[in-house]
Amino acid sequence: MLKKSKNRFGNLGYIFKVMFARKVVIFGSIIIGVFFLIAVAAPWLAPYDPLEQNLRATLQPPSRIHLLGTDELGRDTLSRLIYGARISLLVAIVVVIIAGGSGTIMGLIAGYFGGLTNTIIMRITDALMALPPIVLMLAISAVIGGGLKSILFSVGIVLAPTYCRLMCGQILTLKQSDFIIAANVLGANDVRIIIRHLLPNAFPPLIVLLTINLGTAIMFEATLSFLGIGIKPPTPSWGSMVMEGYRFLVKNPVISFAPGIAISLLVLGFNLVGDGLRDALDPRLRGTI
Amino acid sequence: MNNYGGDLFTYITRRLIHTIFVIFIISFISFSLLHFIPGDPALTMLGPDATNEQIEALRKELWLDRPLHVQYAHWLTKVIQGDFGKSITYYENVTSVILRSLPISLYLGIIALGFSAIFGISMGIICAIRRATFLDNLISTFSNLGIAIPIFWLGLLGIYLFGYKLGWLPIQGFIWPSEGFGQSFLYSIMPIVCLGLPSLAILARQTRSSMLEVIQQDYIRTAKAKGLREHTIILRHALKNALIPIVTLIGVLARILIGGSVLVETVFNIPGLGKLLVNAAINKDFIIVQAGVLIISAITCFVNLVVDISYGWIDPRTRYE
Repeated sequence: MLKKSKNRFGNLGYIFKVMFARKVVIFGSIIIGVFFLIAVAAPWLAPYDPLEQNLRATLQPPSRIHLLGTDELGRDTLSRLIYGARISLLVAIVVVIIAGGSGTIMGLIAGYFGGLTNTIIMRITDALMALPPIVLMLAISAVIGGGLKSILFSVGIVLAPTYCRLMCGQILTLKQSDFIIAANVLGANDVRIIIRHLLPNAFPPLIVLLTINLGTAIMFEATLSFLGIGIKPPTPSWGSMVMEGYRFLVKNPVISFAPGIAISLLVLGFNLVGDGLRDALDPRLRGTI
Repeated sequence: MNNYGGDLFTYITRRLIHTIFVIFIISFISFSLLHFIPGDPALTMLGPDATNEQIEALRKELWLDRPLHVQYAHWLTKVIQGDFGKSITYYENVTSVILRSLPISLYLGIIALGFSAIFGISMGIICAIRRATFLDNLISTFSNLGIAIPIFWLGLLGIYLFGYKLGWLPIQGFIWPSEGFGQSFLYSIMPIVCLGLPSLAILARQTRSSMLEVIQQDYIRTAKAKGLREHTIILRHALKNALIPIVTLIGVLARILIGGSVLVETVFNIPGLGKLLVNAAINKDFIIVQAGVLIISAITCFVNLVVDISYGWIDPRTRYE
């Protein structure tokens, strides 16, 4: 378990050592790192403009001028894949920050103040978590109408309750701790207790959930784009690329195959790192989150 | 209470009330979807080509001019009687549309659940008893992949490989077994495998952890010391206890299967409830969306309720929550 450390960050080195002792976690981190680099360096990395059409070279198989071939409008698949990484990661990070932030705040409030506030917030959380995620996202997207706003909203609403429930549970457990009672006795007001004392101690499962949710968000965004209610063409999103390639599966399967491999790898990466993080922070949680 | 086991009856009643409460909240959420639409609901549903008379007729039919709580009460009363209204895109009652699609989704979902349970739990057991061997690593990698691979992409892969290249399986559609068992089997294999794969992976992982935990317990050591054979120990003692946390997973799996059915039915063009919902969402047929969300959530809540009750029955400690 964690050693006693002089300051809040003393344990970080130990945690990283435990985490990266496992080869799969290193593998996962490399995947995430590579995709991040690709996303950041997209304008320099992509051989062509992802939106540039070339109607004289449609549905080309992989060749030396187009490494992954072209799609039905002559756009270079590789460039679209690279820019797709940028979009997927950007959307995922924004969504997870919004969902994690709002969910955590609601969970903190529910857990700390208890009573009626707790009941109301947790009932709504239960209701939202009872719905299958895709169904909820479909319904919300039907209302908003698709596009980036729709993804942020629907994926956000699906992911937020998990944080709410997690933080509420953490707070309820931590509320009884001696140091919280001490802080209260010493006269700290509610906000100070929440921010300075409760939140830092609730971090470990929060960080794990954030990591795994990055992968989940990418999967959800791809799903919505695939169904046609997420990122709409011509913007290159991995999900919508799979959908566009559906019609041309026989002529040029690469259009659908390549983005699917990308999605699988990136989600796998986040899952592996999330697992590693969880095992390093608290092996007792293994198999639960 | 002075009986150690806790009162099962009270526990069941509490869970039942909780579930009913949650379904009410969900019904309100799905009802109010219509009213979060930017702009006029009737106009959005009928599309820009609708005439003013059509829009007015729809507004009257849906009571859109009344106050919100009156609308909700009206909608709820009709729903309890089984009337979900008339669909905009199909010119028939939503109830009959749903009654056509729901059995297909349920059929595929339940078989997928069985498939994932049988293979997932077996793989998990194998991993646990052959821990850290090549087989364990292989299956663990496979289950990590199983959660990461998008189901819709897997379906496309299957269609390309088994439908087009090898020509073994039909690429889309659905047939009931009553209409031809062999054909039905061929049509259903790919959808069921795609549907069940993520659940299989999750079950394998969870079974592996649970079994590993259980195997280290003292009562297993006693059984070994007694000289029992390995498979008796595993199957009769370890498995039963390891299954407890797995039972709770069924609630999670139900949600995953239902969500997955939306994708699988779209990719394989199966006329189930999932595909109905997707088409309705794209075509802005909110009558179907409302009904679909409510029914699917009710099923999920019901499954969770059954899981909670069985869990309370199996493990008396939970009855105090």
